[in-house]
Amino acid sequence: MSTPPEVGAADVSAGAGEEIFQLSRRLRGGIEGDVHEHLVEALYADAGRIASRAVSRPGRERRATFDATLDRIVTSRVWGFPVMLGLFALIFWLTISGANVPSALLADLLVGQGYPWLRDLAVAAGLPAWLRGLTIDGMYLATAWVVSVMLPPMAIFFPLFTLLEDFGYLPRVAFNLDRLFQRAGAHGRQAMSTMMGFGCNAAGVVATRIIDSPRERLIAILTNNFALCNGRWPTQILVATIFIGGLVPAHFAGLVSAAAVTGVAMLGVGFTFATAWLLSRTILKGQVSTFSLELPPYRPPRFWRTLYTSLIDRTLFVLWRAVVFALPSGALIWLSANVEVGGRSLAEHAITGLDPLGLALGLNGVILLAYVIAIPANEIIIPTVLMLTVLSAKMTGVGGEAGVIFELDSPEEIKRVLTAGGWTVLTGVNLMLFSLLHNPCSTTIYTIYKETRSARWAALATLLPLFIGFAVTALVGFLWRALA
Amino acid sequence: MNQAPTTPAPAEACASCDVYRAAQLKKLGLAAGDHDFVVALAGNPNTGKSTVFNALTGLRQHTGNWPGKTVARAEGGFSYRDRRYKLVDLPGTYSLLSTSVDEEIARDFLLFGRPDVTVVVADATRLERNLNLVLQVLEITGRAVLCLNLMDEAERHGVKVDDRQLARDLGVPVVPASARFGRGLPELLGAIEQVALSPVSGRVHRLSEEPPAIRSALGELTARLRAAYPDLPNARWIAMRLLGGDDRVASALRRGELAGLADRARGAREGLFNEAKEAAR
Repeated sequence: MSTPPEVGAADVSAGAGEEIFQLSRRLRGGIEGDVHEHLVEALYADAGRIASRAVSRPGRERRATFDATLDRIVTSRVWGFPVMLGLFALIFWLTISGANVPSALLADLLVGQGYPWLRDLAVAAGLPAWLRGLTIDGMYLATAWVVSVMLPPMAIFFPLFTLLEDFGYLPRVAFNLDRLFQRAGAHGRQAMSTMMGFGCNAAGVVATRIIDSPRERLIAILTNNFALCNGRWPTQILVATIFIGGLVPAHFAGLVSAAAVTGVAMLGVGFTFATAWLLSRTILKGQVSTFSLELPPYRPPRFWRTLYTSLIDRTLFVLWRAVVFALPSGALIWLSANVEVGGRSLAEHAITGLDPLGLALGLNGVILLAYVIAIPANEIIIPTVLMLTVLSAKMTGVGGEAGVIFELDSPEEIKRVLTAGGWTVLTGVNLMLFSLLHNPCSTTIYTIYKETRSARWAALATLLPLFIGFAVTALVGFLWRALA
Repeated sequence: MNQAPTTPAPAEACASCDVYRAAQLKKLGLAAGDHDFVVALAGNPNTGKSTVFNALTGLRQHTGNWPGKTVARAEGGFSYRDRRYKLVDLPGTYSLLSTSVDEEIARDFLLFGRPDVTVVVADATRLERNLNLVLQVLEITGRAVLCLNLMDEAERHGVKVDDRQLARDLGVPVVPASARFGRGLPELLGAIEQVALSPVSGRVHRLSEEPPAIRSALGELTARLRAAYPDLPNARWIAMRLLGGDDRVASALRRGELAGLADRARGAREGLFNEAKEAAR
């Protein structure tokens, strides 16, 4: 029944194709005005005529008043930004204050109870010490930590964010930010890819496909890392709770921590604008394109479905990714802490080597090493930092053996360990800054390479934020010490 | 053939009943490997393409109330009345004329992927704007169904859309729907099947007012394309793109890819169509 193309037909038509192409070029030369515009005009005329025949509005527009009123507030020049900041701060506050208790419970269950139980089990089974260390002290502990630190905040943050998204608020944020993006020499649609970046930078980089100008798309790709991705939220939230929240009376702690996290996120947006401005005036010069942004109607979110899909698609997806990376990293950390060269472990060598640079930046060698180990996933920063701190400070009573973390089931416990490791408020503040301003994770770097098909842009996207991170932490460290 | 879906099956009363039709739908999720037809989902951003996609395939593509959410194409499968369909969710676009990556993905799939049926999902509350894309899709392929989504919102806003008038004007089946609540999906499935099984597309709307400035050039180029590729269903659109200086279309033409665009799936479709006629006899 089917007639496959005859052999040789392609050759013939290729010749005909070239001939027709040449004809089209000749004809194009003879056309007055812009073909594209002629076409669009014809399309609009037809669409208008057909629509006018099919659409009637017998009823009064009822919702228009509600939507318009709401839009007048959330996109107003005066109230737009305060409403936006307020909503995000509210989400962070709910996340921070809501995640504490379940996080402690999970840590108690997985680390406090599960870990000794598994260890006893391994001893009873007669596992050799090195294998026990690698699997239980290394892999299990790192994974247990990731789950207890990440699961509760994500299980609160993602559904709240998705509800806001379903309601239709995100395009309003884009609308508010559009003016600023334009002034920075970037495309207004970058607001969308930035929003995606708050979920995951790799997804944010892919989302820049909606930007049609290559110049503005590159700006959006290079600056997406300044959108604080969810792998970094747990670090921000925990460090803010310990070091910033700890500065004020307990009943203000949640609020102040939420404000600090909101501040860091907004600082990221600020860096997005500043970097875009810089890029569009140096290596990526050009015109700003115009575009139309549709503000869709507000839709009542389908609450239970949103809850379900955001838990499955986002929370568990991200958690799974973290677990996948935590397992080998846990093994790696344990090994680096237990393989000795010249009487000291590999990790100690690395930390001592990195300490001068780290301390100059107001951080320390442990944090820098953790960021090297955690290139595949930002999610495992906190567990890595804790393991390495315990190890390098040679703490007793906390870790039984090298590279082992014990019951750290409350922020106070963690603070005790970190303070013993030489951490100050400056270290905490700079860790929050560095968590915002450092190289993207390896998945994002690879995505940038795939989307730009250029190793040079991928390298620039990696090194630019790292350089900014070093500069900013060094500056803050210098000012802090000068003022103290 | 375009209006009033007539199903020449023996149990006609059953075949037109929603409950029966819905029962014929099997969501195949990602298992779309072996399929009889390819169905593309196109439409403006934020009209509910992904919601339709999820409802038909049982997959859980992330949906959200903002334009530009889907930037890559997603594929899934469903089976309806024992035929297997592969469904491709394309990025939402306002047109097929620009050069952003998402529009290229959508345009290339419609033009070079040659779906058997293209479902254009349109926002019933903003019909005029959505029609711009619908008309562009119809220039590329007449094997299309217009899914008039968000009818619930249109009702709430006091907008009435005469879907039969629209179907007459466009020359393709028009199905009112509220995909978020699963309304209109049985009818959509019926329309998809109808288009998939019909051997030729009917009298589909083509741009009625050719811009005077390009009329003669367009006529000449279209005639040449038709002479060289008699099977090409969208010669005029290709001619328009060539005159507009579309590099992608030009290079396809020069490399001889347009010859391959002659209805590849037609054979299979005619086979099934005859089968259906036999069965009805």
